[in-house]
Amino acid sequence: MISIRKAVSLFTILLIGATHVVASETDNATALTIAKERKQRDIGWGTTEANVTMVLRNSQGQEAQRELNVKSLEVSDDGDKALTVFNSPRDVKGTAFLSFSHALEPDEQWIYLPALKRVKRISSRNKSGPFVGSEFAFEDMTSYEVEKFSYEHLGEEEVNGEVCFVLRQTPNYDYSGYTSQKVWIDKSHYRVQKVEFYDKKNALLKVLTPQEYKLYKDKFWRPMRSEMRNVQTRKSTYLITEDINFDTELSESDFDKNRLKRAR
Amino acid sequence: MIRAFTLYGVLALANNSYAEIEVTGSAGFEQRYFLQDALYENQERTYSSAFLMPEVYTQWNDGADTLVFKPFYRIDEHDDERTHGDIRELQWAHYADSWETRVGIGKVFWGQTESLHLVDIINQTDSVESLDGEVKLGQPMVNFNYFSDYGMFSIYALPYFRERTFQGDSGRLRPPVAIGDALYESDDEQQNLDIAIRWQSSIADWEVGLSAFSGTTREPELFTTPNQDGELVIFPFYAQIDQFGIDVLKVSGAWLLKLESIYRSGQSEDFAAVVTGFEYTTQGIWGSRYGLGVLAEYQYDERDDNFFAIGQNDLMTGLRVIVNDIAGTEVLFGFVQDLDESSTYSGFVEASSRLTANWSWKLNGYFFSADDTEDPFYFLRRDDHVQFSLEYYF
Repeated sequence: MISIRKAVSLFTILLIGATHVVASETDNATALTIAKERKQRDIGWGTTEANVTMVLRNSQGQEAQRELNVKSLEVSDDGDKALTVFNSPRDVKGTAFLSFSHALEPDEQWIYLPALKRVKRISSRNKSGPFVGSEFAFEDMTSYEVEKFSYEHLGEEEVNGEVCFVLRQTPNYDYSGYTSQKVWIDKSHYRVQKVEFYDKKNALLKVLTPQEYKLYKDKFWRPMRSEMRNVQTRKSTYLITEDINFDTELSESDFDKNRLKRAR
Repeated sequence: MIRAFTLYGVLALANNSYAEIEVTGSAGFEQRYFLQDALYENQERTYSSAFLMPEVYTQWNDGADTLVFKPFYRIDEHDDERTHGDIRELQWAHYADSWETRVGIGKVFWGQTESLHLVDIINQTDSVESLDGEVKLGQPMVNFNYFSDYGMFSIYALPYFRERTFQGDSGRLRPPVAIGDALYESDDEQQNLDIAIRWQSSIADWEVGLSAFSGTTREPELFTTPNQDGELVIFPFYAQIDQFGIDVLKVSGAWLLKLESIYRSGQSEDFAAVVTGFEYTTQGIWGSRYGLGVLAEYQYDERDDNFFAIGQNDLMTGLRVIVNDIAGTEVLFGFVQDLDESSTYSGFVEASSRLTANWSWKLNGYFFSADDTEDPFYFLRRDDHVQFSLEYYF
């Protein structure tokens, strides 16, 4: 009797194990399809220019603000180009940050320091470093590319009243500050509703919640407000889009490091 | 009716021609404290000073034309030469897609290294302002830049020369006698027309620049002679020089490898100089938010006896601590060792942070040691000082 029971339970374990393996393989294919669809739905925006307020809040609730102008250029089959110019705080007014992001190759980055009139190439190895003292790391600010991650489908869950696919994405690029990210993508428009970032010890570090999605050009959804909350330090950063324009006259040449001196 | 139209016309014109004018700038208070009694007469232990640097900016043609005016003035409690004004910028710029031109007084920076700026030659150093030589006087110029797939090509015509500023009789950080009036090799003196050209490009992980300059040297040689009363005077002599420069930076993971080199002819000896080193940056030190940068640069200069050629065979090492806080706090510790003379070295600390969106502070300390009476630092051996400044940005 005992041996039969043992045999049955062993068989059950084998059976469950086998179905689990089959399920995860198809799930990974599903996960990749979802990731590709997320990217596909945001292709063709071309250029944008946005005025953004960044609100940094420490654990005591004290706040500081940064005003940024962000110009972006879509690059097909590669990461995007972005030019960020600071308007405040005043001591860094005119400081410009130019970034060419790439899927797996290291990003190329330059910073322009107006007081010295100096353009400095900076190392993009510091992906995990905070962007201007905020809770956003440099790697959180670069463009989303499918190849940057490996995917795993974890199921479905409702977030912000939207039914979402839940994926675990593991960075394929070097020097990330995260072991993985858990991403909630809504089924209705493939918009990111929530991201959890797990640190090198695999502990939950930060939670990103994009809110107030608005539709532009009948195709492109952009969150007007994103909160990045560090659950370990209880600091948070809000990115508030004051305005965003998809009909700019920007071209490739506006994203040239020799022209950073024109930024204002 | 005609009147109404005229009025409307004037208003429309006014609307078009009066572009929006933006006034920003900074002002600050600075306190310098010297740790030792002065070596020379008339020098003090503490120096208070204050500065104002507004910036007026306007643009038209959708930003294709810009005009900037940036005057500067500092009042120093004791040093008449440090009480000085300058027009840092008064420049019109026109931007086209593949070229731009800048006409007027402006500032240009060339180079890649941190401890010395050998290649950077367009602007004169406002040396009474800061010890690191990074504060510059406005330079009158006509500049044309052309952007191509092969990099940026620049040409500069520099019709007027600016003399380097030096501390006065009551100032510290000077030789035993205050530096006097300038002498020139060129008969045109300050009106000599200087010319510079430069090419700069980013090629994958590399930043490369080549430059050439022909005209009045920015770095004078100092000569000592007795005057009519038999007193010794030191005067700066500005020769006509030709200088070629190369500056290179290579990104390699977290490493930035840097090199600058020049060859200059026309002064009392022709010479080459080099500065090369690295900067390594890492974030999240020991699981914290802190970032850390390690810098080292080796300085070499063929010249033996020039007051300003301090990097003859020297090694600079530095440590930059980046707090990554809202206030943007950073501290840089540096140490420069003369490899020929172990008793000659200097150290510095530069810390800065923000108090509010408009106020920030800086705390700098500079320390010198030299036993060698021939060394420029020998004159500064008692000029160790700390300075605190509080700055308001508007």
